[in-house]
Amino acid sequence: MISLILHRVTRVIIHILLIFSIFLLLKGHNEPGGGFIAGLMASVSIVLVYLTYDIETVKRFMPISYPAMIALGLFFATGMGLGGVVLGYPFLTQTFDYFQIPLVGEIELATALIFDIGVFLTVVGATLLIISSIGEGS
Amino acid sequence: MIEYLALIILIIISLSIALCMIRVYKGPSTPDRVMALDTIAVNVLAFIVILSIVLGTEMFFDAVLVIAVIAFVGTVAISKYLMKGDIIE
Repeated sequence: MISLILHRVTRVIIHILLIFSIFLLLKGHNEPGGGFIAGLMASVSIVLVYLTYDIETVKRFMPISYPAMIALGLFFATGMGLGGVVLGYPFLTQTFDYFQIPLVGEIELATALIFDIGVFLTVVGATLLIISSIGEGS
Repeated sequence: MIEYLALIILIIISLSIALCMIRVYKGPSTPDRVMALDTIAVNVLAFIVILSIVLGTEMFFDAVLVIAVIAFVGTVAISKYLMKGDIIE
């Protein structure tokens, strides 16, 4: 328990930060943004929870294994690259198409989004693994 | 008109960052230096927003948000280190 103000502010701000990181993830590939910076924003927001509460609380509310998260992210990124090889194109070939989605309208979906999600998971896993290891060691 | 105004504001913000650097260098105690560094981050945010008005682009707004969040978390981490001596318990 470090400060009442920090507790209240963290509870409000964490949602805004996570939504902002998803916004950066979806905005990438056509505008500034992408998987790496979105992963850094998501890990900064979880580091804020680490600072406000302690490691046991974060483990109780978010029972995620960070090495498994890194492996899943690398699986997504490599799988998207190998998908082009299977269809006879060079490695990491990407394509896109326009879809009609109800309530949203026409949006562009690219297979590079799968690669970006893989980078996102890898960056979040690696950053939080480093920071939680340093925090447990001290 | 707005260009001259923006130029004057940019000069004033640069002056403010220079004064904060003097406080970082001289600051008698560590909390003074932390507050000065936080003020520099806020000034840099204002600088980038005014600069994007001058250049007429929206590309810098994401960078402004990212710098704001990272400066906030960094200030919280330094303050907790100064208070408790341990950042993550």
